Amino acid sequence: MKYFLQRIAFYLFTAWAAITLNFFIPRLVPGDPVQSLIAKFRGQLSTEAINSLYVLFGLDDNKGLWAQYVDYWKQLFQGDLGLSFTFFPSPVADIIGDALPWTVLLVGITTVISFLIGTGLGVFAGWRRGSWTDGLLPVTTFFSSVPYFWLGIIAIYLLTGPDSFFPSSGGFDSSLVPAWDQYFIPSALQHSLLPALTILISSVSGWILSMRNMMVTVSSEDYITVAHAKGLSERRVAVSYAARNALLPNISGFALSLGFIVGGTLLVEIVFSYPGLGFILLQALGAKDYPLMQGIFLVITISVLVANLLADLAYLLLDPRTRKEG
Amino acid sequence: MTIPTSSTAQVIPGQGAMAAPEAAKPAKAKRQRFLFLKNKKAAFGLIILGLYVLFAIIGPWITPYDPDARSNDLVQPPSADHWFGTTHLGQDVFSQVLDGTRPVVFVGFLAGTIATVLSVIIGITAGYLGGKTDDTLSALSNVFLVIPAIPLMIIITSILDNASNLLIALIIGLTSWSWNARVLRAQTLSLRRRDYIEASRATGEKTWRIIGFELLPNLTAVIASGFIGTVIFAVLSLITLAFIGIVSAAGWNWGTILFWAQGQQALAQGAWWWFVPAGLAIAFLGTALSLINFAIDEFVSPRLRSAGKTKLKTASGGTVRMRIGFTPVLSNSPEPHTRAQIHPDAMTPVAREATK
Repeated sequence: MKYFLQRIAFYLFTAWAAITLNFFIPRLVPGDPVQSLIAKFRGQLSTEAINSLYVLFGLDDNKGLWAQYVDYWKQLFQGDLGLSFTFFPSPVADIIGDALPWTVLLVGITTVISFLIGTGLGVFAGWRRGSWTDGLLPVTTFFSSVPYFWLGIIAIYLLTGPDSFFPSSGGFDSSLVPAWDQYFIPSALQHSLLPALTILISSVSGWILSMRNMMVTVSSEDYITVAHAKGLSERRVAVSYAARNALLPNISGFALSLGFIVGGTLLVEIVFSYPGLGFILLQALGAKDYPLMQGIFLVITISVLVANLLADLAYLLLDPRTRKEG
Repeated sequence: MTIPTSSTAQVIPGQGAMAAPEAAKPAKAKRQRFLFLKNKKAAFGLIILGLYVLFAIIGPWITPYDPDARSNDLVQPPSADHWFGTTHLGQDVFSQVLDGTRPVVFVGFLAGTIATVLSVIIGITAGYLGGKTDDTLSALSNVFLVIPAIPLMIIITSILDNASNLLIALIIGLTSWSWNARVLRAQTLSLRRRDYIEASRATGEKTWRIIGFELLPNLTAVIASGFIGTVIFAVLSLITLAFIGIVSAAGWNWGTILFWAQGQQALAQGAWWWFVPAGLAIAFLGTALSLINFAIDEFVSPRLRSAGKTKLKTASGGTVRMRIGFTPVLSNSPEPHTRAQIHPDAMTPVAREATK
């Protein structure tokens, strides 16, 4: 329990750090970015949007830095992330709310599947070291060196077309309205297959490799020899003895590398025009929509923190040592 | 990607090194380097990397065309004149790829260096000094580890309009040191209670000397592996930033080529030559660096090597699978065998299992 409370304290601290970072980044910009934005939009910005920009960049002359910081927190607690000017006058929170489920479902499910498949193959490759499985490694290395989005582009080029089963872009058929019914769900699934496959192929190799290395390290431990000597079946030794112990570092690795994976998957969404956070981020970048960008960064960071917390819970279940302390 | 993974691949190799702290003990530096090159992965990786560095240096001088120059050959497939075809403005893709090598290699190595220096300072200080310093520095690196790096980079780069390659390398370096710092801290923790460190402390060596001359040489492999991992990550990050079009001011690199290919619907036009060369260039650079990293891991922890043949033919024509920690016992009886036979009395349950 003590371990768990420590982790929660750490995540709260990290969330605070990320939010504070988010507060200070716009204030690093030299000069008067608001003027250049106003010039860029040639009078299309409303007074309200301009005011919120001045607040965002800390060019609000009336207030000190501390007062701005306090205001920022007050706004956050009200769920107010400012107004987007790409999708003016929608609030940033609404836009992100629409896009978040797409990203969470696509990236979340795919990442977990990738971790499970990769770990399974890694257990096999590590246990059967020296067999044909060693030939897998160079191939997977190559795939893990390819940027996610490039693989996506190639997949679109090779697998989509007028007659293909795979749609090349979007999250659902454009003639449908999002709803939980028998028309929309199959369409959404069909549209998510190719992006999911892309993420799967480029992320699975990392798990295979790390699990293989851990298996190789673990399988020369004394307790493995003992398990063999007791006459346990090969399968039991591999799964219940070696794999169970090899899994622990892999789980903490999983938690820590989520941040990296999310970065890559945002790009996959961009390539497939998938209606998630990555796609919105691209639009925000094109329009220099800083409130939206920052909102997306904040939401991504907090999602990664939550995922980390879940991975910690899994670790707690798998490793009795963490439970004993408290 | 990223990253990682892709981004994940660069995250993971450290574990191999972490898992075997007792390994990195160089007897003689010279002999070790020689051995390292004997590893096929290392040699192959270093050769490819060498080629990239060569093109990074001479690339912009040997381009057959000016990468910006327009011509009338619009969207032409590869030919003798244009090896990698042309773009929508008739620009030569081959020249763009060559010209784009320098920024990629430059940003990769500079960001890798910045991140490595930071991680060495923070990781070793935290691991060696312990106590409050350790708590503070560990919390700092964990925070940086958990905050997603790519979105952070995207926002910073986008806000600093028209960032130069130097600035981008700085941003990438400053946001990607944390993993290595963590690995180095763990390694330092395990090293600092070793006898030889205790001995040098007892003989009154200064802390900076212990760190610089006793600890650092034994961390070389871990640092090198971390450096390579960060270079991979930095290259992928630069490509990502360029692909979404927020570093367009910094000249050509492979990401910029992909950005234009994507923006001009190269896919819809069937212009595969526009995006395939740049992607393969990234993939081969990444593979070369990963190979070097595997070689370092295997060097530090020989167990990780692909074991070669583990199935041996016995004199009697059967096969036995070799395993760590086991010695198969074969019978010496003169009677002819049809398969490898282990004398039942001499066989432990384990061996029975292993020869099934």
